[in-house]
Amino acid sequence: MKTLDQPHTTTAATEKAQRARWLLYGEIALGVGALILMPIAIWAALAYAPTDAVQGDVQRIIYLHVPLAILPYVAFFVVFVASILYLWRRDQRWDTLAYASAEVGVVFTTLMLVTGMLWGQGFWGRPWDWADPRLTTTFILWLIYVSYLLLRFYTGRSESGARMAAVLGIAGFIDVPIVHFAVTWWRSVHPDTNYLVDNGSSALPPAATFALLVSFAAFTLLYVLLTIQVYRSLTLRRAALELRARAEDAAGES
Amino acid sequence: MTLNLSPAMRDQVATPPSQVNAVVAKVVRKTFELKPVLHGVSLTIPTGATVALLGPNGAGKTTFLRILATLARPSAGEVAIDGLDLRRDTQAIRGRIGYLGHQPLLYDELTAEENLLFFARMHGVRDGQTRVGALLERVGLRLKAKDRVRDLSRGQTQRLALARALLHEPTLLLLDEPDAGLDEQGITLLEEILRERAEAGQTTILTTHDLAWGLRVADRAVALVTGRVVYDGPAALTPDEARETFRWRETREGAR
Amino acid sequence: MISFRLSLDQFWAIVVKDWRAELRARQVWVSMGFFALLALVVFNFAFDLRVENKASVGPGALWIAFLFASVLGLGRTLGAELDHGSMDRLLLCPVERQVIYFAKLLGNVVFILIVQAVAIPIFAVIYDVPVLTPGIIPIVALGTLGIAAVGTLFAAVSAQTRAREALAPLLTFPLVIPVVIAAVKATEALVQPVANDAPWLGLLLAFAIIFVSVGALTFQYVVEE
Repeated sequence: MKTLDQPHTTTAATEKAQRARWLLYGEIALGVGALILMPIAIWAALAYAPTDAVQGDVQRIIYLHVPLAILPYVAFFVVFVASILYLWRRDQRWDTLAYASAEVGVVFTTLMLVTGMLWGQGFWGRPWDWADPRLTTTFILWLIYVSYLLLRFYTGRSESGARMAAVLGIAGFIDVPIVHFAVTWWRSVHPDTNYLVDNGSSALPPAATFALLVSFAAFTLLYVLLTIQVYRSLTLRRAALELRARAEDAAGES
Repeated sequence: MTLNLSPAMRDQVATPPSQVNAVVAKVVRKTFELKPVLHGVSLTIPTGATVALLGPNGAGKTTFLRILATLARPSAGEVAIDGLDLRRDTQAIRGRIGYLGHQPLLYDELTAEENLLFFARMHGVRDGQTRVGALLERVGLRLKAKDRVRDLSRGQTQRLALARALLHEPTLLLLDEPDAGLDEQGITLLEEILRERAEAGQTTILTTHDLAWGLRVADRAVALVTGRVVYDGPAALTPDEARETFRWRETREGAR
Repeated sequence: MISFRLSLDQFWAIVVKDWRAELRARQVWVSMGFFALLALVVFNFAFDLRVENKASVGPGALWIAFLFASVLGLGRTLGAELDHGSMDRLLLCPVERQVIYFAKLLGNVVFILIVQAVAIPIFAVIYDVPVLTPGIIPIVALGTLGIAAVGTLFAAVSAQTRAREALAPLLTFPLVIPVVIAAVKATEALVQPVANDAPWLGLLLAFAIIFVSVGALTFQYVVEE
């Protein structure tokens, strides 16, 4: 049995433990932040913000929908960068980060689409409108990253699977601006007035702006928190399997 | 005959520093989906040696050969072939090695001749037509040159695969169970080629299930058991002595 | 490392080899061509047959038929390699991985173009839509190149997964949606010119350039072991 009695080993171990502790504090801070901001965001959305003159209370869903519209792009940008870094550095952690961000990203994208459909049903009377470039682009984005998750499913934990997913993570994000242009030009005749609400800037009273900002902050914290959780879960699962494989291997030796 | 168990850097001391070794592997590890297959394989193979890579099934022989053939990347460790680093100079290495794997690695729909001509072009072999003709003659497939690989027998396919491996005159020849599927004529051909290579100072590494045959044609032997080198030395062992090495490990593992 | 001259020769060697092997395999031509034709015919019956509709629905039906037929065919040049389990035969050779990609891409593009060359005149007849103008050529060329660039890359990806070729369309289709949009719109504009139309051809060109580059740069990561 080896004992850790060399000074440098102890320091390294202590450093590692300290780092882990700070990370934990950070995570708790994030969690608490999200826990505080979320109810505020909900209150702001449901009560504090003024009722829209034209659309009525249905409009309030945009306080969820608009932040949710931006976060998928953030999530998939993280997938993009992590994928590139993985192919460059071959550090397993980048791959795990890409996977985690993609999973959380797909969840948020789904929510964005659902809230969009709810709003559409309330406002237009029908849940979907292909003429809405943002909705359509996000839907295509959803398709791309669901296919990413599908690829992950069919490749398991192999190193080649990680590489291939990285390629898709890169190709998918590069495609996004192209999709945006294609979809926007597709229905060039825009009678949409509903867009004014999403574009937001000039027509919004301060209370509404506040609601949007708080909501955005809350969801961003949520994204970071969830991604960290998924990341940790994936890492632990992997470590457990590795440990088991090594144990099986060692058992074969002695 | 003493059985060396852990070669480590023993070979480096024995090798004159000026000579570039055919293969130098340092602590090569390979893991497939979290399962380790090679646990830190280190060995040195001097240029001109004919090495029999032996070991039970699943020992990692094929994996190791594939790594040398640049078809697989080691998870850790370094490999140098003819002094070239496996990771950095991969394309240069590909030009110097010939590989015969479990699968024939030929195109079924093309004829024997078309296959060899294609690979000659891919390797940038000068005067491909002549070389291909000569090789087909050498492996006894001249009459089958215009036949599709699909229509060749197992033995003929194996001989053609051997021809493909030799096409670009590789300095290092890697043969994974070359004797499998070969008839008597094919084995004789194989042994001739091995002899010619040894005389010309070219290196060959082969694996085989036929212990006696392997030990006879090689001048060095390396034994791998569960991804570790358990023997690395002259091939002047009898098959029984070689099996001693494996069984020793096997009783430690329990029934395998 | 590897001279350009050798790379060029290797490129042609692979293209020619694939052609030879595919010509001898033969069945994929028939299935692809037949599929494209079937799709067109079925669409004709699926949609209303009134004259006005044909012109507006036609280009869409045409490109969907191409898309599906493409994916059937895209697996072939790579499938041929993987028929025996791996691309080892090629990977053993001292050839740049980009060269392999370009060679496979060219093979796929020519393959699909031939099917289209047959399908388009038939389409023009069935749908009574005057698309047989020179203007169709850049649309078809660039659209095919774009779809093939993505399809070739992800055919290589999917062939190495448990799902094999089945996964390829699932990965390719979402990414090439903008190509389909642009190609359909550009084809429609050929038939019924629109004032101030968006630069669809430009988008097709940009997509082709971008994704051929992405494919060439990332192919090595897909096929290495």
